[in-house]
Amino acid sequence: MKMNYQLTENRLETKFHDVKPLYSVSEAEIEANRCLFCFEPPCIKACPTEIDIPGFIRKIASGNIRGSAETIFRSNILGTSTSRVCPVEESCSGACVYNDLDNKPIQIGRLQRFATHKAMELEIKTDRPLFLPSEAVDKKVALIGAGPASLSCAAYLALEGVQSIIYEKNNLPGGLNTTGVAPYKLMAEDALDEVQWLSKYGVQIQTGIEIGQDFTLSQLLDENDAVFLGIGLGQDTFPGIKGEDLDNVWGATELIKKIKNDSNFELPIEVKKVVIIGGGNTAIDISRELAILGVSEVDIVYRRTENVMPGYKHELIHAREYGVRLLESYIPKEILKGSDGRLQLLTQKTNSSTESIHNADWIVMAIGQLKFAGEIIPELDLDDSGCVIVDETTKETSIQNLFAGGDCINGGKEVVNAVADGRDAAHAMLKNWGIYPVNSNLKNREQ
Amino acid sequence: MADLSTNFSGIKSPNPFWLASGPPTNCGEQVMRAFDAGWGGAVWKTLGEPIVNVSSRLAAVDYKGQKMTGLNNIELITDRPLESNFKEIYEVKKRYSDHAVVASLMVESKEEWKEIIQRAEDAGADGLELNFGCPHGMCERGMGSSVGQEPKVLELITSWVMEYAQTPVLVKLTPNTGDIVVPGIAAVNGGANGISLINTVKSIIGVNLDTLVPLPGVGGQSTNGGYCGPAVKPIALYMLSALAREPKINIPISGIGGISTWQDAAEFLALGATNVQVCTAVMHYGYRIVEDLNDGLNNYLDDKGMVSVSELIGKAADNVTDWGDLDLNYGVVPKINEDTCIGCQLCYIACLDGGHQCIHTRQSLCWAHHGESDHGVNPRIEPGPAETHNIGTTPVHVPFVDEDECIGCNLCSLICPVPGCITMEEIPHAKGRESWNERIAKGLR
Repeated sequence: MKMNYQLTENRLETKFHDVKPLYSVSEAEIEANRCLFCFEPPCIKACPTEIDIPGFIRKIASGNIRGSAETIFRSNILGTSTSRVCPVEESCSGACVYNDLDNKPIQIGRLQRFATHKAMELEIKTDRPLFLPSEAVDKKVALIGAGPASLSCAAYLALEGVQSIIYEKNNLPGGLNTTGVAPYKLMAEDALDEVQWLSKYGVQIQTGIEIGQDFTLSQLLDENDAVFLGIGLGQDTFPGIKGEDLDNVWGATELIKKIKNDSNFELPIEVKKVVIIGGGNTAIDISRELAILGVSEVDIVYRRTENVMPGYKHELIHAREYGVRLLESYIPKEILKGSDGRLQLLTQKTNSSTESIHNADWIVMAIGQLKFAGEIIPELDLDDSGCVIVDETTKETSIQNLFAGGDCINGGKEVVNAVADGRDAAHAMLKNWGIYPVNSNLKNREQ
Repeated sequence: MADLSTNFSGIKSPNPFWLASGPPTNCGEQVMRAFDAGWGGAVWKTLGEPIVNVSSRLAAVDYKGQKMTGLNNIELITDRPLESNFKEIYEVKKRYSDHAVVASLMVESKEEWKEIIQRAEDAGADGLELNFGCPHGMCERGMGSSVGQEPKVLELITSWVMEYAQTPVLVKLTPNTGDIVVPGIAAVNGGANGISLINTVKSIIGVNLDTLVPLPGVGGQSTNGGYCGPAVKPIALYMLSALAREPKINIPISGIGGISTWQDAAEFLALGATNVQVCTAVMHYGYRIVEDLNDGLNNYLDDKGMVSVSELIGKAADNVTDWGDLDLNYGVVPKINEDTCIGCQLCYIACLDGGHQCIHTRQSLCWAHHGESDHGVNPRIEPGPAETHNIGTTPVHVPFVDEDECIGCNLCSLICPVPGCITMEEIPHAKGRESWNERIAKGLR
């Protein structure tokens, strides 16, 4: 099924450079040959999708690019985008045994990007698809939300012959890969190319269709053999302080989405200083994006200290390279409008009564996103934070035949976690129906 | 500062590094640049009746991103007029009287040998090297390795040469033979003043999997070539030591085969070579590598308190013996340093699949299949502790060795990527030395 998703050309994200560009053939060869090919490798254990990392790297080294990509996709069908989006420093590369040798760890993400990218070129060149989907079976699954979790689930089902239709309320599929990932890692058009590639293997997507508006859950459960919930998170949450509704106060993901997707969205020249409130990776991402776009002063205001920040250390290091400052232990109290028309953030030092004023042209809230699963499906069992409770192995929710994965069950983790959830749910459904997957690897297959 | 100068059967050179006969010694201009770079001598590209070459001529083995760990060629002897070659030898010797220029020769009849020897010596060559080694092309014409493979022919032609030669004569041997000692003795019997070895190994280096034409391709065809470069060094070291151990071979040996570094050269010298010849490494990196060859060898000799190259020559030769004379009671076991181990478990899988199943990562059943430890179908519980340590947040197992079962093969220490992590340590034993030959003498097996 051919889908066409149009992005406009005048997107701010096109001004970013790729921080980890595609390896050349010789770069890939040298890096692949550095891999020790560990037995019981820690990199695999550190990967939520358990890709056979030394296995795919060895195939790059041997020149078996197609086999390398197949090895990746059998465990992680979104291997293309995750190769660029994954925080490898914290996962696979962070676990590489070379770290213990005081040697540079294997650049697994970049090798994965090379293998998947080259294999897709080969697919076109040789007119030989990487996968041969199984013949259609009499099973049908509806998936809600076209982010990585649903895409993964739908793809692994489609590869086994299950009819899989994703319903997406936005105009563009891809979820955070399209709307949220920092453009210096992955641009929206690359995310959409990946979705397009999945459609080749039978993943169907209908955009502009919303649960509650266009259909109900019980309708879907009636009409399908199973339903998968991959709705992610909702709007940016705000701290509930005075003045947060003023103009020029942004939600972080709202702003990132504008940078990535909107046509003719420009950063006004008069925006010289931005204060970002938060301490997670979204706060660091938007800080770096704004610094790269030319905002001369970008401060992250965080209520605790750097050592307990949820944002990744390596991301903060990179943001600082662009001049971003981290202001520790400041609690936002109020946003005021100064006489010059600029915003003023009033903060109080943690454990002290000292107050400060931070002038800013923009203030960006990056303290989290709304968990809205309970809003649209009130009968779902949720944990205290509002995340959907699922069975750890099957990803089935408290409602029979309703599965869930991605940010709506974990509160906001990585794309690769969503991919793993989607795959595990697909496998659980297939198991219920007595279908053994031939185009993907089961979890923990070694044991 | 050790004395690097050498005297090979009367051919003197400022250091033991000669260029072997091949593309780097094709003409006088090259040889003079090589001498300027620091080479002690050069064996000229083989001279004979000029031939017509093919294109292409070379192909290489790359290993894990390392280019040209082995090289194969189907080039023949000089394709330039003999007159030009001799004139250039004359010019080189006129300018570089302290350096060694040896003419490599290959012709057929006794008359031709007589003539070419005279011309080479008239041109000023310090010595002659008889090319009885080339395993491609020339051997199809009854020369090169087809001589080196026939000891009687080799001896006869050598004796012809000795009739006419005024300068020292080296016989260059082919490794493409059953027992290298036989042609070695034939060279001595023919009266040669020295031996050089090895020439290239007869080979097909690979196949182009797109065209299915072997390499190097000449149109849609190929032929066998001669293999050289780092990959052939162990073959050369063995053949050198076999000759060096043979009492009947009492003439100096010039070591050739895969020498790229001063360590390689030192190994050849230690096993009994009087000097060494280099070709492939120069084809890869140029004449400039000789700077480190000289410098590194010099530092090594100084470190070992040797004042000249001659002190190193043959020092390791006596340590090569027959298997039957090795001490059967000697043993080593690996010690894995738990602090430096990175948990890659390459030693574990190597021992499990390719060794003797004596390294473990956790408490497990052990089947050992060797000698007295053969449990057959009855495994025993492996007792050792399963040490773990963390890389980042990932716990990894540190393998441990069942020293009772270990047969001391070295494999784990060979594949361990961490310098000094797995060391093979000697197991003290009170039994005393006993070799297989000694056991046989006592009526044991």
